[in-house]
Parts: sequence; structure tokens; C-alpha cells
Amino acid sequence: MAHINRENGVAAGRLDPTQVADNFTDLHPEYDGHEALVAADRCYFCHDAPCMTACPTSIDIPLFIRQIATGTPEAAAKTILNQNILGGMCARVCPTETLCEEVCVRETAEGKPVEIGRLQRYATDTLMASNTHPFARADKTGKSVAVVGAGPAGLSCAHRLAMLGHDVVVFEARAKGGGLNEFGIAAYKSTNDFAQRELDWLLSIGGIEIRYGQSLGDGIALDALQSDFDAVFLGMGLSAVNALGMDGEDKDNISDAVDFIADLRQASDLTALPVGRRVVVIGGGMTAIDAGVQAKLLGAEDVTIVYRRGQEAMAASSFEQELAQQKGVTLICNATPVGVEGNGSLTGVTFAYTETQNGKLVTLDETFTLPADQLFKAIGQKLGDTPDALSLDGGKIKVDDAQRTSAGGVWAGGDCASGGDDLTVTAVAEGRDAAMDIHATLMGAS
Amino acid sequence: MADLTSNFLGISSPNPFWLASAPPTDKEYNVRRAFEAGWGGVVWKTLGSEGPPVVNVNGPRYGAIHGADRRLLGLNNIELITDRPLSVNLEEMTRVKKDYPDRALIASVMVPCEEEAWKEIIPRIAETGCDGFELNFGCPHGMAERGMGSAVGQVPEYIEMVTRWCKAATDLPVIVKLTPNITNILHPAQAAKDGGADAVSLINTINSITSVNLDAMSPEPMIDGKGTHGGYCGPAVKPIALNMVAEIARNPGTHGLPISGIGGVTTWRDAAEFLALGAGNVQVCTAAMTYGFKVVQEMISGLSQWMDEQGYSSIDEVIGRAVPNVTDWQYLNLNHVTKARISQEDCIKCGRCFAACEDTSHQAITMSEDRVFDVKDDECVACNLCVNVCPVEGCITMETIAPGAMDERTGKPVADEYANWTTHPNNPSATAAE
Repeated sequence: MAHINRENGVAAGRLDPTQVADNFTDLHPEYDGHEALVAADRCYFCHDAPCMTACPTSIDIPLFIRQIATGTPEAAAKTILNQNILGGMCARVCPTETLCEEVCVRETAEGKPVEIGRLQRYATDTLMASNTHPFARADKTGKSVAVVGAGPAGLSCAHRLAMLGHDVVVFEARAKGGGLNEFGIAAYKSTNDFAQRELDWLLSIGGIEIRYGQSLGDGIALDALQSDFDAVFLGMGLSAVNALGMDGEDKDNISDAVDFIADLRQASDLTALPVGRRVVVIGGGMTAIDAGVQAKLLGAEDVTIVYRRGQEAMAASSFEQELAQQKGVTLICNATPVGVEGNGSLTGVTFAYTETQNGKLVTLDETFTLPADQLFKAIGQKLGDTPDALSLDGGKIKVDDAQRTSAGGVWAGGDCASGGDDLTVTAVAEGRDAAMDIHATLMGAS
Repeated sequence: MADLTSNFLGISSPNPFWLASAPPTDKEYNVRRAFEAGWGGVVWKTLGSEGPPVVNVNGPRYGAIHGADRRLLGLNNIELITDRPLSVNLEEMTRVKKDYPDRALIASVMVPCEEEAWKEIIPRIAETGCDGFELNFGCPHGMAERGMGSAVGQVPEYIEMVTRWCKAATDLPVIVKLTPNITNILHPAQAAKDGGADAVSLINTINSITSVNLDAMSPEPMIDGKGTHGGYCGPAVKPIALNMVAEIARNPGTHGLPISGIGGVTTWRDAAEFLALGAGNVQVCTAAMTYGFKVVQEMISGLSQWMDEQGYSSIDEVIGRAVPNVTDWQYLNLNHVTKARISQEDCIKCGRCFAACEDTSHQAITMSEDRVFDVKDDECVACNLCVNVCPVEGCITMETIAPGAMDERTGKPVADEYANWTTHPNNPSATAAE
């Protein structure tokens, strides 16, 4: 019988190492060749395929699946990567159940879509395993572009610019690149250091320099970038988090879910990472699910995700909700936190029930208290301080259809920019599209 | 419950499903397993002359064509006739027939084109108690290079001659197995009939190269860097076989000649189709080689259920039932008008009908913004391509336009009377309608 540490409070080593390792294996293991062929056979090669339309990066899905089916996964990978240079990571983290696979005609026909995400992973993994890079740089243009943020948007933009012959300098606040791919995604979706391997592979095209430890307002300034480079792309994501605005929020063992997820991803030994015996997560998005599920997998005895609206309003997909429930996480909807209990350290969280009345969320009088040793807040992230030159729209940097900001020569994309869902795949699309517009602008063709 | 008992040339078997002369029937061991599984009869793997047996290659003997999910659609083989001594085969056949008297056991034979050779071997084989003979004039590989198999089957005079020799050598039924590697199946069929054959069986395998090894630049199956044409069989050849069977069944000269139908029979439905086009029974090989002998159980239950549903009480009631409806193109009714109809309820919106029609046919299907596909009756020529490419069976169908109703494409009402090319005004050789 495996050892389980049921100590109250927040403690490391709740499960033995083999159990933890098992808990954090690949959520969707890679296909072997036979599985890939069987899965690829199910694709109907639809005309003007709905899956392709649903993909934010417009990957030609029927074509790449046919390329797998005909024994050329490397060609399939090129089809994918041509549209989405982070196709390997997107294959792992895309909510395919609400994108390509949701509209697959075989979902319509049989309630079981072609497994597009896993096929995409098969193709991109096959290519990356060959240690080749399928794209070469065009002749140098002599132009240089600054990219702020080495996350999905920045890397996508940088790669496309480098491919088109521009020199790119990427400024990254952290000591590692990858952005949320490296720091913000559940570990079981990106195993074996995939984010860094993909980053290294992406950079192998050449022409991209990353300068770590620099961010806007800390080492670099937008106006300086504008004068030093021919164009600037901002893809620094959302660096600030929303607060509950509740008394006692500064108690021990109350923290932001994004920090827990980042710590977990960066931990060299998961059994050394402390987790509460009873964990409460507040929020209804992917971050809440990732934090709650991973707390459970680390050995928390009780994990409860509490969301203030109804389940149908949760930003996390139904697949993610089911995953959480399958892992033993409890979901409570229609409850909002009204107080934290405990002297110094947290002992519980008190919630009031909510109800939607005439389209408005109303907090009811009835309350309940969940015992808790640890509380994670996952109620959304927001843009950090930005230079005044940038107009905002809904709390994000305002961009037009070509990802241009209000500042001259400055483009933006990804989570920090307005428009689109906050998804890796959307960030990749926006970074790529910005690069194409930057290229057209710099080369005088726009 | 329909009676599946088959009485082909007076040879009784509990059902019309025989295993064709091929690797599955090469040995007592296999044949016993086949009979235990329920096969009605077997045609034993082709016997050759006394003396040192033929040898087979020691590399791969089969090549294949696959469909979706690696379903085997076509198989190609370069195996020769039995490579076991004649005496061993005869002993085994004797034992098997004795133990399974209710099953058909047919001896397939191939010896050089000399009267003595046939006259000598036929009576000897008859001693096994076999129910009849099948003369292998079909194999297109290997043995044909030695003047046997399809080398005989491609020369009607030889077919007639050898058939005559065999008929003179035995009172048992003689079936002539025909090769499809000819231009007109009627000539060899007529020759078999003229030689006194009791029946023909067809088709044998089709000359083929199934694939090329692009690394070694050699046909597959590849034997030490070289390949040769082999005999093609399996579901892919069924349409070719059905046509040849139908031609023999409907041609006045050969009509009535019993036929054992062979070629891609994989399900009960395939068998029913061969029977409907005039075959008295069917022979199966590739389906058994793909799925094992147990497949016959589905063939038996399926044929039985279908016959019950149709009210057919015996196999004889099915045989040849579709033959009167096999005609020449020139007699097809040109006044029969149909239009494609797409069931919106069944449509899964893959758009393949649209792509097929728009790119390769008559631009008769429209596609809306929200992927609703509709047929434009004024463009639809009823080619049926949309029906054929649609992945959902029954989603697209062809609706017959009633006489008197407008054909939107021609702008004319559909005529009530039958009219064909022989009387069509565009036909320079048209004869006036009488």
C-alpha cells in the first residue's frame, strides 16, 4: 500500500514518488504508427472542412491527415507548422473539443470526432524527432524587429519574421522562454520538457536572439524599442492577477493559482512541492481546473473548485470539467467567497450561494464554510502596466484586424491584445498575422 | 426457413458456399477445419502430374491492396499448384470425402496439354471418391509459362480439346475454370461447352502487379529484388467477375450452361448477387484467407435471412433471377429521369458531394454559408457520383421523376413511353420506331 501523508496544513511529499510520477504522465499519450493510421483513416477529407474553419490558425487539417494516412507524417507536420509554428504544443493543449473536433463531421455522424489533436501531435512529434527544421530563412532584409515576450504570440511572430528574412530580438521578462507553455499549463499536458524542446527547435531557424530578464519598464522602454528597431511586436501576456478584494486575503497559504501552476511546472521534484490536505480553488476557467487537478494529483485529500456562476457558464470546457471530476475534484457552482477563516494560517473559506436574477448575479444570505488548508485564486489575469502611448480596449491593448496598436510601428497579439480567446492557438495566429503585416509594412507592400 | 441445399451438377452440398481451389484447400488439415466451420464444399488445391512436385518460391507469395482501416480489398498471389506429392493429396482426399460424405469435394487438375497425361490422371483421382473435376485453365502465373493454366484458357481450341479428353475419361461432372485474362469471356465459355463441359467456373485470378517497392524499385511481392505478375483476387475483382458471369448467363450460345461463380465473394450479399446473375453456386477464397473459415457462418445466416425475407424457399429460385435485366446500353430507357435527393436529416455536412459535383461533374449541388447542400434539378444529370462519394449510406438517393412532371434540366416534361438509343434521332443508325 502506497504511503499517503494526511498531515493537516500544507505539506510536501503527500504521495510516494512513483505515484506522483504516474499521476503526472501524459494526459493523451502519443499515438504509435498503427494508431495514427487507424485514426487518420476516419477522416473524410471534407470539402471546405469545418475543422479547418474552426481552427484559429486555419491549419489544413484534411490535408495533413491525408498526408499521415499516406505515410508522410513529415509532410503533414510541415502543413501544420506552416500555419502554426507551435503546432506541437497546440496539439497538446488546444481545447480541441470546442474547436476542430467539435465540428468534425464524424462528431455529427457518430458522436466521435476524428482525433485531430492527437494526429497533429503524431505528425509534429515525428518531424521534431528527426531533429530537422522544415523552414529556411529568406534572404536577409536588413530590417530588425523587437518582440516583447517569448510566449506563444511572441515566438510565433518572431519565427515568421525570421523566416521572412528579418532579424529579431525577443525580450523576455523571465529567465526562460515559452510563456504560458512553460509556466502556465498543466504538467500532464506538456511532459518531458516539451515547451523548452519546442522553443529550441523553433529557434533553430536562426535570426532570433532572446534577451532574458527584460520587460517593458524593467530594462526596456517602448519608445526606445521604437527608435532602435524597425518594428515592435508586443506579446507579453497578462502579468497581473485579479484579487478577491476580501478581508484576510493576505493570510498564509492563500495564493494565486498561476503561481502554483508555474511552481509546479518548474519543480525538479514534485514530491518536494507542498500542497494542502484540503484545497479550495476559486474560479471557473482553465487555470482553476489546472490548479485543482494538479493539487489533487500531488496528493491533496479534498480539492474543491468553487465557481460563482452556473456550471454552463464556466470558461473551462466540458472536457476539462469532466477531467477534474474524474480525478476526484469536486465542483461547486453558484457560490461566491465571503470570508476566510483561521488565525494566521487558513483553516476554511466561507461562501455565500448565488443566483442569477433577471440576468444579474445576486449573492444570497445563505452561507457555508469549506474547511481548507490552502486556497488558490483563479479569478482571471489582467494586463500589467503599459506605456501611455498604447490605447486600451476592455483592459487590453487595442489592436485592429492587422494586430496594429495605436502606437506607430507597434503591433500586439496574444493575451495582452484585444480580440480573440486567450488560447495558445489564438496567440500563435495573432503573432503570425502581425508578422505578415509587419513584413508587408517594412517591405513597402501594404 | 429457406433451404440452402445446393445441387450443382447433381453434386449435393448443404449450402452453395464452396472453397475455391487455392491455398486454403491444400491439405486435409485445412479442409477438415473448413468442413467443421460449415463450408458446403471444397475444390481441392490443383493437383499436378505424378513425379516430383512443383516448387514454390521461398520469399513472399502474396501482395495486397488495402482500403480504409487496412481492409484487404485485393490480394495477388504467385503461388503455384500444390507442391505436395500427388499420392499424399489423393490419400488425404479419400479420407476427407469418406468422413464428410455430405460435402462436395472437387478435384482441381492441371497437367500438360497432352491427352495421355489427362487420361492417366483423371481416373486415378476419381478413385478418391471425389464428386467431380475442375480443370484449371485459369492460373495466370508460373504454370502459364509452362503451357498450362491460363495458357490453355486463352486458346478456346485447347479448352475444347482438353475438356473433351477429360469427359471421355470420366463419368463425373467436369467443370472448366476460366481465366479472365482474355478479351471476351464468351469464346472460352463456348469452347468449354462445345467440349462437353458440365459447367464453367469463373473467374480465376487477374494478371496483376499490386504495388512497387519504391526503395528497391521492384514489383511486390519481391523475391530477392525481383517481382513477377501474379493473380489478383478479392473484393476488388468482384465487378469484373459479375460481368463475365452475366455475359455467359445471358448469351444465347452459353445460356443455361451451369456456372460456379468466383471472384471476391466476401459476404452473403456478394453470393446472392452471383446467384442472381446466373451462378449455380459460389466459390470463395480471399474472404477465408482474410478472416478464416468462420466467415461462412455469416454467409449462411445472411443468405438464409434474405431468402426468407424475399420469400425464396430454395437456391434454385434465386439462380439467374437478375439475368433478364442485364441488357445492352443501347436498350436502356433514355426517357427515365432521376434526380439526386439529399436527406438534410442524415447529412453530416462533409461536403464531399459538393466537391465531387462542382469539380468533376455538372455543378448541380449548391453549398450555403452554413453548409446546407442542395441539388439543382436544372443541372443534375443524375450521374450518381454524389451518392457514391457520400460517406453516409442512404443519405443521398436518386428520385425517379414521374412521367408528365417537368425535367428542370431539359425544360421538357418526362415522357411516359420507353425510348432508347436505337430509335433516338441523334443516332445516325437509328431505325424508325415501329
